[in-house]
Amino acid sequence: MRYAVQAEGLMKRYGETRALDGVDLAIPEGRLLGVLGPNGAGKTTAVRILATLLRADSGRATVGGFDVAKEPHKVRSLIGLTGQYAAVDETLTGVENLVMIGRLLGLTRAASRQRAAELLDRFALTDAGGRAAKTFSGGMRRRLDLAASLVGHPAVLFLDEPTTGLDPRSRTDLWDVVRGLMADGVTVLLTTQYLQEADELADDIVVFDHGRVIASGTSDELKATTGAQVLQVRPTAAHHLPLVAEVIADLIGERPDLTGGEATVNIKDATVVPAVVRRLDDLGVVASELSLRKSSLDEVFLALTGHRAEDQTSAQEAPTKEKEEVPA
Amino acid sequence: MTSLTGTAPRAAVPGRIGPAAGLRHTMTLAWRSLVQIKHNPMELLDLSVQPIMFLLLFTYVFGGAISGSTSEYLQFSLPGLVVQNMLFATLTTAIGLSTDISKGVFDRLRSLPIARSAPLAGRIVADTLKQIWAFALFLGLGTVLGFRVQTGVVGVAGALALLVGFALAMSWLSVLIGLVAADPEKVQIMAFSVMMPLTFTSNAFVPTKTLPEWLQRWVEVNPVTHLADAVRGLLSGGPVATHATISLLWALGIALVFIPLSLRAFRSRA
Repeated sequence: MRYAVQAEGLMKRYGETRALDGVDLAIPEGRLLGVLGPNGAGKTTAVRILATLLRADSGRATVGGFDVAKEPHKVRSLIGLTGQYAAVDETLTGVENLVMIGRLLGLTRAASRQRAAELLDRFALTDAGGRAAKTFSGGMRRRLDLAASLVGHPAVLFLDEPTTGLDPRSRTDLWDVVRGLMADGVTVLLTTQYLQEADELADDIVVFDHGRVIASGTSDELKATTGAQVLQVRPTAAHHLPLVAEVIADLIGERPDLTGGEATVNIKDATVVPAVVRRLDDLGVVASELSLRKSSLDEVFLALTGHRAEDQTSAQEAPTKEKEEVPA
Repeated sequence: MTSLTGTAPRAAVPGRIGPAAGLRHTMTLAWRSLVQIKHNPMELLDLSVQPIMFLLLFTYVFGGAISGSTSEYLQFSLPGLVVQNMLFATLTTAIGLSTDISKGVFDRLRSLPIARSAPLAGRIVADTLKQIWAFALFLGLGTVLGFRVQTGVVGVAGALALLVGFALAMSWLSVLIGLVAADPEKVQIMAFSVMMPLTFTSNAFVPTKTLPEWLQRWVEVNPVTHLADAVRGLLSGGPVATHATISLLWALGIALVFIPLSLRAFRSRA
């Protein structure tokens, strides 16, 4: 298999903090790798090293076969980068932003204009293309930003939290765009704090925490590695909950989580479920809900790291609502 | 639908960027800094408000008190105002750079296969053109108000060259501020707290002999004084050589200190 991106033992320190503590990554050509982790896990640092913006303290990485430290110029000619903030010049129009990139990449004026028109059309920005980017909504800016990273037909695209701060609709719109790129054969590295996003888009997922890769595999593999299926039981009568907990603890050997009026527990062996049902029946406990399902990536993350993926960020993100209104 | 990406054959990429390509990148980025003026002529007004305001205020508010007549004061103060405005205008570079960094535009540019120097050089080229515009505006408006160039074309060209030369040296300080400042507002604050005292403790607006003696000693060293005197000489006649030489030595010193510091900050910028 040919790899578009390979990294071995990447380390990066900032003073005492180890932003990256020996990270290995490999993305086969044409695949999308989701890098999942909370704020401060080292995702952005990894992207910046791979995109030649930052040098690793040690370890090596190649993009398209070129060493990011030794041949950065060749790497830059292969990649597109969309960072956490929509990196567009707000005083320029949508068209001018894209023409500028085209000209910098050596296209003629006419070719730059044509490429800009193509991309604006593809990202449903044609009507807004003549307006200054500062009048764009958050979602439109992100689309323009993504368009800017595609001007040079990159073979490898880095998307660093492309949907952070977007409303749900803009987010799903952006997902569609990313799927379109994958259909064109582009290799993508996407970082995200959203488990659902990795689940939706990624062929493979690596989970970062404290500068290390703590798990990797497909979404299904990750869900399977933590063992887990999840049993949830919600008794009709709330006062039966302690009884349910006792039954589960007795038969499964683990105390369930009781938040939200239901007992939730990871189980490795689904054959125990009938026994639970029978015991509850014997005790006269009626369950209004009883389910067995594969654990979500959220639960996988919790099991792997001991904390929830979005805990640390939800508090910070709540007040920064990105503006979504589209001026007429 | 047209293919968005990778299927087009890619030209072989050279490992290095030649000077011609580097110049092209610089000009593209200079265009980027200037093109806003085209569809937003208010930008040009922004560039011009401070020169116009200062020229009018200084001439008509302080002129009588300082020189006894506004026309006499204008002849004295216009070169000083030109110098002050040039120094303030060098901060445009810092503010632009800092904005690019905080918005992520700087990273986007650095991730492109372009000359490493182009993002800095492009800004400096554009800001130099803005300097020339401000100089022309000062001379034009000054002439309307009664300022008279008493030397000629060579004197004016010399004054412009000296100002641009000094501005280029100062823009490296500006680059450093732009790279290390946390955000564009901080640049403004840092800038004003340096530039205001620097330009006012000179003979740009008042004759040195009217100042307290301890201040005179600094004023005689201050590069703003020498620049203002050199520009006075070049526009109104009078001694030029010594003041111009001292100004250029200052410019050289500033460049020697701040070019390495800026380049270091540029390279280590994470």
